[in-house]
Amino acid sequence: MTMPVRPETDRKIDDLKASFPYPGSALLPALHAIQEEKGFISTESMEYVAGKIGVAPAFVAGVVSFYTMFQQKPVGRHHIQICRTLPCALRGAAAIRDHLVRRLGIRVGETTPDGRFSLVEVECLGTCDTAPICQINDEEHGHLDAARVDALLESLR
Amino acid sequence: MAYEPLLLRNIAKPGSETIDISLASGGYQGLRRVLKELTPEKFLEEVKAAGLRGRGGAGFPTGMKWSFLPKTRDKPRYLCVNADESEPGTFKDRLLIERDPHLVLEGIILSCFAIESRRAFFYIRGEFHKGARIFARAVEEAYARGFLGKNILGSGYDLEVTIYRGAGAYICGEETALLESLEGKRGLPRIKPPFPAIVGLYGCPTIINNVETLANVTLIAERGAAWYAGIGRPPKNTGPKLYCVSGHVKRPGVYEAALGIPLMELINERAGGMLHADRPLKAVIPGGSSMRILPAAKCDVLMDFDSLVAAGSMLGSAGVVVMDQSTCMVGALLNLAGFYAHESCGQCTPCREGTGWFVKILTRLERGEGRAEDVDLLIDVASRVEGNTICPFGEAIAWPIDSYVKTFRAEFEAHVTRRGCPKGAAAFEVNAMSGTGH
Repeated sequence: MTMPVRPETDRKIDDLKASFPYPGSALLPALHAIQEEKGFISTESMEYVAGKIGVAPAFVAGVVSFYTMFQQKPVGRHHIQICRTLPCALRGAAAIRDHLVRRLGIRVGETTPDGRFSLVEVECLGTCDTAPICQINDEEHGHLDAARVDALLESLR
Repeated sequence: MAYEPLLLRNIAKPGSETIDISLASGGYQGLRRVLKELTPEKFLEEVKAAGLRGRGGAGFPTGMKWSFLPKTRDKPRYLCVNADESEPGTFKDRLLIERDPHLVLEGIILSCFAIESRRAFFYIRGEFHKGARIFARAVEEAYARGFLGKNILGSGYDLEVTIYRGAGAYICGEETALLESLEGKRGLPRIKPPFPAIVGLYGCPTIINNVETLANVTLIAERGAAWYAGIGRPPKNTGPKLYCVSGHVKRPGVYEAALGIPLMELINERAGGMLHADRPLKAVIPGGSSMRILPAAKCDVLMDFDSLVAAGSMLGSAGVVVMDQSTCMVGALLNLAGFYAHESCGQCTPCREGTGWFVKILTRLERGEGRAEDVDLLIDVASRVEGNTICPFGEAIAWPIDSYVKTFRAEFEAHVTRRGCPKGAAAFEVNAMSGTGH
């Protein structure tokens, strides 16, 4: 089987396997590493990592689908995750979501045709003191209002 | 009397996450004392005498949890740190991890020493990218200074700490789901017994402790059990506590106080009072979204474990969500039902199906399509979820359902008789993503 990841990612997964008392523990960090390189986890990647760790591809698919952070298809360059849970909802999260939907011209769960933005709603991100909030890729943005959202979108190419 | 912060003593200092700032404020002194002067048993006794109760949600006495480990030493023992902070309304562990990781790390080393573990896993919520980076740096610093690794501070004690990132699943905050996840599997809670202290990670004896709990262990090592046991409301509610205040207040944030601060003092003095002067308090969730709600009339309560049980709720994760009179309780509950429906692991039928039912019933109430019997139906379904699931997730949704409906029954009934939400439903609408489960 051809290797769907770069050699350094492959080596990283070998190191991960060796670093735990039980190699199965390497699966989540390996999936994080693959997603970091590829942006998402394809069926081919699942088969590859199953072989590396020594579990069935179906087992890997079960793990990937269980955790919301693992993407099974590509997302936008800027993946906007807006919190919808109560503390954010009390501070106007729904209006921020609606503003984003209007500005981006896509619905929740979609990606803009140019691949620049994707928009999803997520559950509590654990930073309710800055509600309403979103996370764009790895970074949080709090105290959102329409003007701040517009400025953020402008700054992201 | 002004409260002198203990857990948050460093967070305002520039570079508070670095080991130099930690050392300058007495960091790792407690570890030096314990390694030099005490045996693991003696330190475990100190933690017991301090009266420390777990800060993750259940409030179980930490020393007692540790003492459940088997007496035999034929298998390795593990400490798993629960840094999977995901309970809606909770953001205290994140603050400690990002701003004073060494306070937490010292507590990890001390706790591992007490339970005679040589390997700790720090299971951090996947979304906490920044926290994971900062904590990894803190671990490197601790290795470099001889606080981790072989022969720590010349004591002969060895410890290795590994950071493990979750990947987006609330259920992994449940301790046995966390263990499954750490073994590289779907986070499905295990049937107990056996308890993790006997059969935990990789089938070995394992202790799972919350981040804030471990930070408290550092304080006990620094200044002793007698000092610690005098803070708060002894004998059963001791020590400092981090309270997360969110929702309709002027200054949402993490506030530290001795256990047992009055809830209204927390809201009105620490958090600056209600957000809008013309919208009085309606209700408070005192301990994260899974806890029973307190109507304004019941908010004259002390924020400690036992006082909140007496008031009909629980301290939980100390996530204090404040709601003013503009809040629709049907909508608020629908929002939370959406959360639980999405996060149910799907393993137990009452939870998997029950959470879906709650979303359906609450959605039709909010949209004005509710039936007269729906209000009692919610209570009935909740009673069939509670106590009938492998893990406490069942209670985590059944308690809000039961308490919101019973406390604000007239408001739920008005959604039926007036055919919809008097306040307008849009703010709490559950999106298409929720309610699908895993």
